[in-house]
Amino acid sequence: MKPISIFKSLAFAALVCTILSCKKNNNEFTGSGKVNLEFDNMVGNQKLELDTGAYTNANGDDFKITTFKYRICNLTFNKADGSKTLIPESYLLIDAADEQTTLQTLDNVPAGDYVSMDFVIGVDSLRNFAGAQIGALDPAKGMYWSWNTGYIFVMLEGSSSKSTAKDNMLMFHVGGAKAPNNTVRKITLPLPAGGLRVRSNAKPEIHLKVDAAAMFKGTSIINFATLNGFHGGVNAPIIANNYAMGMFSVDHIHN
Amino acid sequence: MLIGLLTIGLIANTGCKKNDSKLLQTPITFVAPSNFPTPIYQFTDNAVSQAGFDLGHRLFYENALSIDNSTNCGSCHQQFAAFANLDHKVSHGVNNCFGTRNAPTLFNLVWQPNFMWDGGVHHIELSALNALTNPCEMANSLDNIVKTLNKKTPYPTLFKNAFGSTEINSQRIFKALTQFTGMMVSANSAYDKYIRKEKGGEFTNDELAGYNLFKQKCNSCHTEPLFTDNTFRSNGLDLIPKDAGRETITLAVADFGTFRVPSLRNIALSSPYMHNGQFATLVDVLKHYNSGVQNHANLDAKLKENGVLGIPLSVIEQQQIISFLNTLTDNEFIHDPKFAELPQL
Ligand code: HEC
Ligand code: HEC
Repeated sequence: MKPISIFKSLAFAALVCTILSCKKNNNEFTGSGKVNLEFDNMVGNQKLELDTGAYTNANGDDFKITTFKYRICNLTFNKADGSKTLIPESYLLIDAADEQTTLQTLDNVPAGDYVSMDFVIGVDSLRNFAGAQIGALDPAKGMYWSWNTGYIFVMLEGSSSKSTAKDNMLMFHVGGAKAPNNTVRKITLPLPAGGLRVRSNAKPEIHLKVDAAAMFKGTSIINFATLNGFHGGVNAPIIANNYAMGMFSVDHIHN
Repeated sequence: MLIGLLTIGLIANTGCKKNDSKLLQTPITFVAPSNFPTPIYQFTDNAVSQAGFDLGHRLFYENALSIDNSTNCGSCHQQFAAFANLDHKVSHGVNNCFGTRNAPTLFNLVWQPNFMWDGGVHHIELSALNALTNPCEMANSLDNIVKTLNKKTPYPTLFKNAFGSTEINSQRIFKALTQFTGMMVSANSAYDKYIRKEKGGEFTNDELAGYNLFKQKCNSCHTEPLFTDNTFRSNGLDLIPKDAGRETITLAVADFGTFRVPSLRNIALSSPYMHNGQFATLVDVLKHYNSGVQNHANLDAKLKENGVLGIPLSVIEQQQIISFLNTLTDNEFIHDPKFAELPQL
């Protein structure tokens, strides 16, 4: 009994040493802090109002939105010196209908000054093809195809008088992580002047604007008479290319 | 000194882990049969324990997983039919709903790269998801299943035994089910004993003749030892298939009407046959290959060699092949009490 407890405390000491030396290696700042991410869902310059808001796409087609949900993952913060910090297990699911999901917190972001951020819109291919997951990736949370297993990355549903589908529906379920219809898109967003300052005693907040209308312009202007929905497949990359261009932007940061 | 400390650190660490999940108790080791390849699913992050397996066993036969408490996995996957659905051309779910496809056999799943007739499911841990949530099967939602199990004794305790805490979530349900279905290995048929030169592995002349014919005519798709090459093909059931099959998943025209080559192990037990259950007997199946093959656009090249449709076989040859197929029945597997039906709690 006794030798074991000595061993344990020695091991503990060793562990503490390692952690401390780790901290010291990390240039100016020590420790880590939390970062809040607030997602402001928009359509162009208007705030997104589910069900009631009336919008026009770049093609001039009227539309309404009943569902707007998206996944992002592998959030990475970049310093001016080019070094990158990937936040492990950063898989987020945002649902415009669920206020709680529009404010997300990342814990344990290493302290430091960051000038830009990267993330994947969707779910990386590794996790997309892995076994049963929890958290935001729990299929119980929806945004998942059970018959063709994989995550739905971005979902927009609604209606447009121009849509030729039943009940004038719009039903865009973007996903798929396999060629030739791979829709995994990685984007980099510059942060406004002053950047993001993560400290162990502060909780900076990044305000992101998420423009749903960006799904329908950018590389291809979408005409709802000819494209009004799909669940994955050949048309999904068209919308993914669009939203990779301009759906997300950092509006401002409270440090 | 440094090495010494590191080692101690490791020991202390392992000690910690054990404490967290000391109820994980008796691990079960998965042993691949000597005549099988390396499994694809290795139970990584899902080490099998007696408690996890027992929980999976319970869940497999639990009616409370269905929306109206009427149906469990075993309703459509019956042990005596090698976990296919005897006498059901297509599956029969809650509310008297009939699906569109025949429930396949379940065994040797850890060697399968994809699941379902169209291969739409790519991971064994997610192979139960569709049945649980499909309106024509168990018609439930994962959230509701978690709620139901939380309220139903002794499930919280069973989850604690298996995973170290009473928390129930979809991941734990899927992992437990996988510990059960993944351990279903069928490798003790007369054929296996013949191959492994074990007692009980003696072939009659007919069986041997059938085996030789099988190797020439069938093995290219129903490849030994799993009796499938896991590809998607058409064996010409219809001129114009009603079910798009693999094309549903890949959206490739060349996959229209193709289906996963099914294993032929335990085939004598799992009638009716094919994705739509269109043949009631093996005699019908062999007749199909001999004279019923339809020249549909994606018919596999193997089944139209030299301008001849199908696989010409005399009646005697057809019988010999059936004799061989009967040697693929694994009576130990279908009577194994480890997998037997459990009464409702
Ligand atoms: C209502 C009948 C029904 C129920 C209940 C049912 N299944 Fe199935 N199962 C099927 C059918 C039909 C298929 C084939 C579906 C397809 O190919 O589209 C299938 C396919 C499968 C497969 C894939 C097998 C293969 O070789 O590809 C697995 C694994 C499976 N089921 C496990 C389960 C589990 C576990 C449960 C309980 C949670 C369950 N099933 C409940 C009818 C059912
Ligand atoms: C070109 C590939 C190919 C060849 C050769 C082939 N099969 Fe098949 N077999 C299939 C496919 C694909 C299916 C599933 C078809 C479906 O359901 O649409 C199948 C299904 C079956 C089934 C039904 C299995 C079940 O679980 O429902 C049996 C039995 C069968 N084959 C026996 C044979 C025999 C015996 C031979 C040799 C005489 C043979 N097959 C040759 C591809 C092949």
